[in-house]
Amino acid sequence: MASAETRRLKLWQGRIETEVEISGNGPPLVYLHGPWGLGPDRAFVARLAGQNTVYAPKFPGTSRGDTEAAHALDTWLDLVVYYAELFDALELSAPAVAGHSFGGLLAAEIAAASPKSVGRLALIDPVGLWLDDHPVQNWMVLPSKTRRSFLFADPDSEVAKHFFDAPPDAAERVETQAQFIWSQACTGKFVWPIADRGFAQRSHRIVAPTLIVWGDADRIIAPIYAREFAKKISGARVEMIAGAGHLPQLEQPDAVVKALSGFLAG
Amino acid sequence: MKVCMFHLMPYRDLPADFVSRYDSAFIDPPWFDVADSEKVGEYYNATLDELLYAAKAGFHGVCTNQHHQNVYGFMANPSLMGAVLAKETNGRNIAIVQLGSTLPSTTPPTRIAEEYAMLDCISGGRLVAGFPTGLPSDAVISNGIVPIEQRERFREALALVLKAWSAREVFAWNGKHYQLGMVNLWPRPIQQPHPPVWIPGSGFSSTAQYVVEHDHCFCHLSYFGAKNAKAVTDRYWDYAVRNGRDDNPYRLSFLQLVGVAETDAEAEDLYAAHAEYFFHKLLYSPQHYLAIPGCLEYGALVQTLKSNPRAAVNPLELKAKDFYERGYVVVGSAKTVREQLLDGIKELRMGHLLALLHFGSMPTALCKRNIDLFAREVLPYLADQWDDKYEDHWWPERLKSPSHPPPQAGEGREGASPAMAAAS
Repeated sequence: MASAETRRLKLWQGRIETEVEISGNGPPLVYLHGPWGLGPDRAFVARLAGQNTVYAPKFPGTSRGDTEAAHALDTWLDLVVYYAELFDALELSAPAVAGHSFGGLLAAEIAAASPKSVGRLALIDPVGLWLDDHPVQNWMVLPSKTRRSFLFADPDSEVAKHFFDAPPDAAERVETQAQFIWSQACTGKFVWPIADRGFAQRSHRIVAPTLIVWGDADRIIAPIYAREFAKKISGARVEMIAGAGHLPQLEQPDAVVKALSGFLAG
Repeated sequence: MKVCMFHLMPYRDLPADFVSRYDSAFIDPPWFDVADSEKVGEYYNATLDELLYAAKAGFHGVCTNQHHQNVYGFMANPSLMGAVLAKETNGRNIAIVQLGSTLPSTTPPTRIAEEYAMLDCISGGRLVAGFPTGLPSDAVISNGIVPIEQRERFREALALVLKAWSAREVFAWNGKHYQLGMVNLWPRPIQQPHPPVWIPGSGFSSTAQYVVEHDHCFCHLSYFGAKNAKAVTDRYWDYAVRNGRDDNPYRLSFLQLVGVAETDAEAEDLYAAHAEYFFHKLLYSPQHYLAIPGCLEYGALVQTLKSNPRAAVNPLELKAKDFYERGYVVVGSAKTVREQLLDGIKELRMGHLLALLHFGSMPTALCKRNIDLFAREVLPYLADQWDDKYEDHWWPERLKSPSHPPPQAGEGREGASPAMAAAS
């Protein structure tokens, strides 16, 4: 695997600076992180870099030293056009795009807005649809006592216990916690208070081969949503991940990497 | 010095096991398990009675506020309460302090501009226009505002309201959050270009800085007493100095829980259950409803993560005597109370004291007794503070000069304190 590189791109009339972590070799794969920022997903991204060149951009507002970029994009139209600009700047032409949770919806919206801009689409427990009988849990207001059991199939696993950890050093602790909270704030801007902004009206536009991966114990977005996404995206295949909650790429990384690798190689 | 009576309008009769039964005083408690609409009707009426009682007793202002979906206080529309207070106090030298309607969660915000203008007209120019950003649980949960947009919405909305109040021509507003093609407000406030603007802030966010830049009055609505507010007010005064503002104490309003009785011992005993009810049940607010990602700007978030003095305190572990000792609640004889209040007034340089004389489960009779004792034996000793040197620029003009009483004057001043009687 080639060593990781961080490229910093100043786009959007100079108002947004985005750090893109680039690693690996092989066909390009853009990875769009979920509400908690890129930090928790780095180990998973490194695994994906085994067979792809992975481009992992940080969501606008979450790159170091550019927190105010959160105010430079206001609507989903802004957001999707911004990512088109980012793909252009990275000289990516119809890359595979994978996304988790909020990042999954973002990937799907990009694929719906500009169908030819996405070669393959992999969605891991994406938000974006709504069923009245299965309301999506608001992940930004989880009680501290129960948040682990909302996010993980096994709240007592090591990965669940360490998800909310911060480094012991005071300055690093503040930085890590602030990033963790601010990432939710920046992504939450586009889905608060309910993560349904009309994707169902646009989903028919997606032409990229699509894989939908879902933790079978997801208590943020019930696994029944995997079927809903498959109904909305023509030809989409569903792969359920056993023993995983809303973050299967952290809880069952082997299974998720295997599912994605097979799909991306196909 | 101006002294106003503040009221939260809480649910006064929560079950004894409220805290073990629910996880929060906000959002979660199911109405039909906990509350009773008949009782709540009584509470709204009692709240108005208590505020009007304070108005007659000689307070300088009466304060309302807006909160949603909780047991702690639910004047869901403070303008409704303000309308009753404005009408019923006509002819009295008392400000209607709306502290107030939450701009970010009202669309379009010109609705609030209209309601406040109505209140100013009804009261004959006695409105103080308060504009809170709203608690996170109010604005972003109850009212669905995007957390990271709460403050920018607030600022845009306030700019729109101020323009709408005084613009001579019909204008178009093409903002980020609000677009209105033709704004021509009816009515306009009597106070031009606008009534005094007060802005509440917790002390963590950038609100204090914003207030200084715009020359409004900063209201620190803390429940932890003047004794614990020095860091916040010092920061505020520091901003003021650095931005070329003077040290006029009327730039600052401060809320304080107060309970007066004949003796210290009697006061400590009388108010204990209500102080504990307030801090244990009504302020029972878990972190996930207080600290929603985006409600604090990044800089304030970092500051709070570095040091949040309140995070170390769990009110559930404290008893009434702790609340007294720590100064969260000022209780005692009139002498004790006025000494403690004067210390706080001088220490923080506050020009407006907002006395929370009803707190917790307090029944009306005790609240009225508290008001009586405060008005008779405390207020007169505070009222002269600052006035020899400073003018209150954040107070309705018509209430400043006895030679220009508000229109429709005529009612007597029964129950007025010596200081108020002398001033009128």
